[in-house]
Amino acid sequence: MSNPILEVNNLKKYFDVKGGVFGRKVGEVKAVDDVTFTVNEGEILGIVGESGCGKSTTGKALLRLIEPTDGEVKFEDQDITQLDDEAMRKLRKDMQIIFQDPYASLNPRHTVEKIVGEPLLVHGMKSAEERKKRVKELLEVVGLRPFHASRYPHQFSGGQRQRIGIARALANNPKLIICDEPVSALDVSVQSQILNLMSDLRDEFNLTYIFIAHDLSVVKHISDRVGVMYLGKLVELADKDELYENPKHPYTQALLSAVPVADPDVIGDRVILEGDVPSPSNPPTGCPFHTRCPAAMDICSEVKPEFKEDSDQHYVACHLYD
Amino acid sequence: MSDVILELEDLHTHFFTDSGEVPAVDGVSFKVHKGEVVGVVGESGCGKSVTSLSIMQLVPSPPGRIVSGQINFKDENLAQASEKRMRQIRGNEISMIFQEPMTSLDPLFTIGNQLIEAIRMHRKMSKKEAKRKAIDMLNLVGIPRSSEVVDEYPHQLSGGMRQRVMIAMAMSCDPEVLIADEPTTALDVTIQAQILDLMRDLNKEHNTGILLITHDLGVVAEMCDRVVVMYAGQVVEEGTVREILKDPKHPYTKGLIRSLPKIHEKEQKLYSIPGTVPKVSMEQVGCRFAPRCEYAFDRCFSEDPELYDAGVERSSRCFLYDDNEEQEAGSHVESDLRS
Repeated sequence: MSNPILEVNNLKKYFDVKGGVFGRKVGEVKAVDDVTFTVNEGEILGIVGESGCGKSTTGKALLRLIEPTDGEVKFEDQDITQLDDEAMRKLRKDMQIIFQDPYASLNPRHTVEKIVGEPLLVHGMKSAEERKKRVKELLEVVGLRPFHASRYPHQFSGGQRQRIGIARALANNPKLIICDEPVSALDVSVQSQILNLMSDLRDEFNLTYIFIAHDLSVVKHISDRVGVMYLGKLVELADKDELYENPKHPYTQALLSAVPVADPDVIGDRVILEGDVPSPSNPPTGCPFHTRCPAAMDICSEVKPEFKEDSDQHYVACHLYD
Repeated sequence: MSDVILELEDLHTHFFTDSGEVPAVDGVSFKVHKGEVVGVVGESGCGKSVTSLSIMQLVPSPPGRIVSGQINFKDENLAQASEKRMRQIRGNEISMIFQEPMTSLDPLFTIGNQLIEAIRMHRKMSKKEAKRKAIDMLNLVGIPRSSEVVDEYPHQLSGGMRQRVMIAMAMSCDPEVLIADEPTTALDVTIQAQILDLMRDLNKEHNTGILLITHDLGVVAEMCDRVVVMYAGQVVEEGTVREILKDPKHPYTKGLIRSLPKIHEKEQKLYSIPGTVPKVSMEQVGCRFAPRCEYAFDRCFSEDPELYDAGVERSSRCFLYDDNEEQEAGSHVESDLRS
């Protein structure tokens, strides 16, 4: 394995819940609760989980788009949670993000040239001529045409808009891109185009991705390693083939068995989970999954399981593997 | 299969907009038999939702209107039915559930209120009886603490629970056909599995015909008996679920299945259909899929293909299956397509 580009240690993000007459703090939502992982240079780390599990908050906290409550995020051996705003802004040149909704993440009043060119301007490319050239280059890289530069976002289809978002993220030759559900708003036939584009770009520019999604087959397709989140915690992390063939955590097992497969011959044994995901403002004690877990034991409701390596590079947080 | 309960015949639903007439549903025909689950699949804008809304006469009008065609439900043509008659049918003989359970429940009324309204609309029952029925229905769809939930408001329930309430409401008058428009798209996979399981049980126990509108081929594989594939307002292929997924005939279906990332297989490169879903317009000549099709030949651009037979109860809207098509042009492409 190559060297880690990003190290996340005990990352936490709690949101305060305010209430009462004086708007005092009455509780906390533990959106991300003690998450630890590393990302190696050139790899794609997938993060999956259901809505509300904290995967998007994790992505944003890594870039400090949401200020983490506690923990350490080391990018190239530098703890970025300690940086001041100015240093952080400079650093964002190397860390970019692609958002889920290509409709909402592009300013409708700006031309594509302005959208893609703005990060260049912010990071010091003052010459308009140079910027124009670079924008055209970028558009070709993501499979659009140079003449698209003068158009507005509404003139593009969803897939094309996502390409614009990718071009914007690539503008300053970043090292790490956080992709927050980049294909979930797209149709299947367009989704595969974007996934292929993203893996081509990774090879071409030696990028590192953190790929956040809820679709398990998409994550499997694109990632090298996959982490599974539940209620703000990482419950399992392993190489993707290992994780999909030999899932250890009962939640991962249930999640994988719940995915409908487009093949009438593959009707596997389905683990149907009872109930809903508990509220993160009042998470269960002990293991967060014990309320729905088919294999829950007495200890699960009392002691939080530790997230540790069970076998080679396969991390899991479950008392079954103590 | 037994008797046909719902049959669409050459349905045309057009939208009359400022920028011209848009044939959102352009000659759609298919059948639903009693107790059968029929899937309608396609990407956004292919007309699958408008088809389902047309059946219930819920297409917003203006700008939309059913221009021609028949919707035969039992012995009646719903395309011609009066609004009064439709009100008797909706929620009673044909019910519908929608994608977003939050927006389809009224936030100002309790769950019980809304269920009771639906029941009393179609059944002669006192409020008390209706409430008892409502609680029974909530039990049927697996809602815990159903006697408390009847007095709660929609915001107090989770997404999966709300969709269960919608299903309870839709099933409360024991309909013969249930139209489910993307019922699980807004839900997480583990909750989706619960809801699909529930729908399958209801289908078996009550012998309800289900028309399942979805873009997810995985859901189709789990649920459906037969599948109708739509593209740009037209049916492009029809067959049993096994035939469609294992041996797709139309190049579009084939491309769609190949472009899905498979969870059980390893592959490096995903297949992708070039281009994007076209906007439908009146002027269009030739096969709608031709510009994106790798097998397209001259005829595809100049002539509209019809639905050709491609086996027993199977059809494909593609010239490759036209028996009159010169052997030469078709044969090598077809062998290629089958390999």
